[in-house]
Amino acid sequence: MSAEIILQLNKVGKQYRLGLVGTGTLSHDLNRWWSKIRGKGDPYLKVGEENDRKGKAASQYVWALQDISFNVKKGEVLGIIGKNGAGKSTLLKILSRVTSPSIGEIKTKGRIASLLEVGTGFHPEMTGRENIYLNGAILGMTKAEIGSKIEEIIDFSGCLRYIDTPVKRYSSGMKVRLAFAVAAHLEPDILIVDEVLAVGDAEFQKKAIGKMKDISNSDGRTVLFVSHDMNAIEKLTDRTIVLINGKVAYNGETSDAISFYLQNFEKREPLVTWNNIETAPGNQYARLKSVALKDQSGKLRNRFNITENIYLTIEYFDSNDTNNNTAIFHILNDRKQTLFASNEFVADDWIEKHKKTNAIFSSTCKIPGNLLAEGSFSILIAVGNYNPELIHLIEQDLITFEIYDSTKGEGVRGPYIGKWPGLMRPMLDWNIKIMDKKFTDE
Amino acid sequence: MKTAEDKWLYVISAKKKLIDFNFSEIWRYRDLLFLFVKRDIITLYKQTILGPLWYIIQPLFTSLIFTLIFNNLANIPVTDGVPNFLFNLAGITSWNYFKECLVGTSDTFKKNENIFGKVYFPRVIMPMSVVVSNLLKFGIQVLIFVAFYLYFVWFANPSYNINPQANLLLLPSLVIMMALLGLGFGMIISSMTTKYRDLTFLIQFGVQLLMYGSAVMYPMSFFKKELPNYYWLIEYNPIAIIIESFRTMVFGVGQLDLTKIGYALIFSLFIFLIGLVVFNKTEKNFIDTI
Repeated sequence: MSAEIILQLNKVGKQYRLGLVGTGTLSHDLNRWWSKIRGKGDPYLKVGEENDRKGKAASQYVWALQDISFNVKKGEVLGIIGKNGAGKSTLLKILSRVTSPSIGEIKTKGRIASLLEVGTGFHPEMTGRENIYLNGAILGMTKAEIGSKIEEIIDFSGCLRYIDTPVKRYSSGMKVRLAFAVAAHLEPDILIVDEVLAVGDAEFQKKAIGKMKDISNSDGRTVLFVSHDMNAIEKLTDRTIVLINGKVAYNGETSDAISFYLQNFEKREPLVTWNNIETAPGNQYARLKSVALKDQSGKLRNRFNITENIYLTIEYFDSNDTNNNTAIFHILNDRKQTLFASNEFVADDWIEKHKKTNAIFSSTCKIPGNLLAEGSFSILIAVGNYNPELIHLIEQDLITFEIYDSTKGEGVRGPYIGKWPGLMRPMLDWNIKIMDKKFTDE
Repeated sequence: MKTAEDKWLYVISAKKKLIDFNFSEIWRYRDLLFLFVKRDIITLYKQTILGPLWYIIQPLFTSLIFTLIFNNLANIPVTDGVPNFLFNLAGITSWNYFKECLVGTSDTFKKNENIFGKVYFPRVIMPMSVVVSNLLKFGIQVLIFVAFYLYFVWFANPSYNINPQANLLLLPSLVIMMALLGLGFGMIISSMTTKYRDLTFLIQFGVQLLMYGSAVMYPMSFFKKELPNYYWLIEYNPIAIIIESFRTMVFGVGQLDLTKIGYALIFSLFIFLIGLVVFNKTEKNFIDTI
């Protein structure tokens, strides 16, 4: 990958006016014009606040984007994530020149094309073929360029039979296929992709994802990929930017960016603690103090590569009045199926350690890598004993975590990137022998 | 440092020069212009029975009505030796081109909000395509006019005193002036309507009023004779000048006033430039206000 910077954003900001545009617009316009004549800046660009949807507006202007600066290198695949209203769409609109920034500037060395909305400018009365030409030209191709690719485009869309029929007779799926086919054959230096993968049936999605990978990997094209689908972001991008309230909150390696995002928005903390023994979950015999998820190096995390070991630490107070208590956990998948459960008492020194009364225990279990499949999981924590059978505390959904598979040739799936079945994905031993035998025994 | 700066293909920023046209970019999108023209033409009369015949029905019937009302009923005299119907047809054919350009471009931003909100291309391609597709329509209407013209010259009353002049060669410049005027005003109005919707109401009856002040159904000399106090209203109206010049050229009656044509040309260029500047300023942010 060359280090050449192909796209540079420098303190880009975009201001919007809240409420109805119309009343009072003229007076604001006149005010702006008056300050311009006196050689002053726009008086309304100074006011304005961070774009937090839930807060009450103190002024009529709001910054949808503020102080956005970052560089994109040639051939890089950059992810952009953020919750609804964080400014993703505004940023993409500015990049694709649909609207312009209020302040700041963007410099680019290549042509930018976006797949923001496929099928723009399709005319229902025109045939598929005519629409390919029109749509291609709208997206910036010349007639000759489209002409040289038309067969390929028709083939990719899979609409050959209908290609000379007016588009108004197409099913919505066919329209999308045709539109994506045109867009996929664009050859811009920088391609912006916004959730287009969410359209079409499974077969077509696979085709579309494959095409995306081709564009970024083999053609060395720069791609900006905006999505809510963390798995897609993980698979396709190297670096990711997290937008919060119109500002760049994180800019770094994709897996770190996603962890940052999840911790900030989905309130998924890898650590839960209780400070007051009176109110912590449990009863007089046992109280939960904390539950934590850590990686190999002891760092708190709740997103793990499929090959990584995960360390679950349960801290609890044990009065040891009843009998020896044991910490228990269940791992549940996103359909709330319990995949497996484990019990502290399998530890060799369990009896020995629990002879101590009224102590705080910290019990850590290592969940090995290459065991769980990709996806999100929740943990159920309980403390109890089995003789007599008593449960002192049971807490569901205390912590959730995610396992991702970056499909970089590691783990159980190896280099295979297709769908992998199964609730679990344990790494199992295989033993291969070459037999000195014929297939049919004579 | 300068060389590093030069390598940027383009810069997107808030600041905008007053005149900031990237002609090479517009040229690169020329195919799009012709595809838009093609789209307008092939889709306009889809699923109609008469199809392109509508192009000629409208001016013919309007001329007929004008002849009945203004000439036969109100007794407005046309230029000497020119058949009433042909006089009106000439006025309407030329007026129509200007009107179609104006009306067709005046809602550029609103009509194309959907496309403009999603992809970038030089926005000015859109109104330009309207002007070009109207030119084809105008061409068909001119052919009809020529057909009636020949009919009146050869078959009808020989007392008609009409013969085309050599200065007919100036006709294309009149067409260009009408296109510039229509496009210029259209771009100004379409830019203003993104913020102030009032103008959409204005254009509806404004065009109607303008027609009466543009010497479409009467010769300018008649107006001067009857209402000399208000003559200034149409004397400096570039469209009236263009239409009057058009008739002078084709009928060969009267004298072509080159000073006035020059004035109309400068006026058209001026309006066109203002239109470009305003349009250019609007295209950057209109999607936020529309």
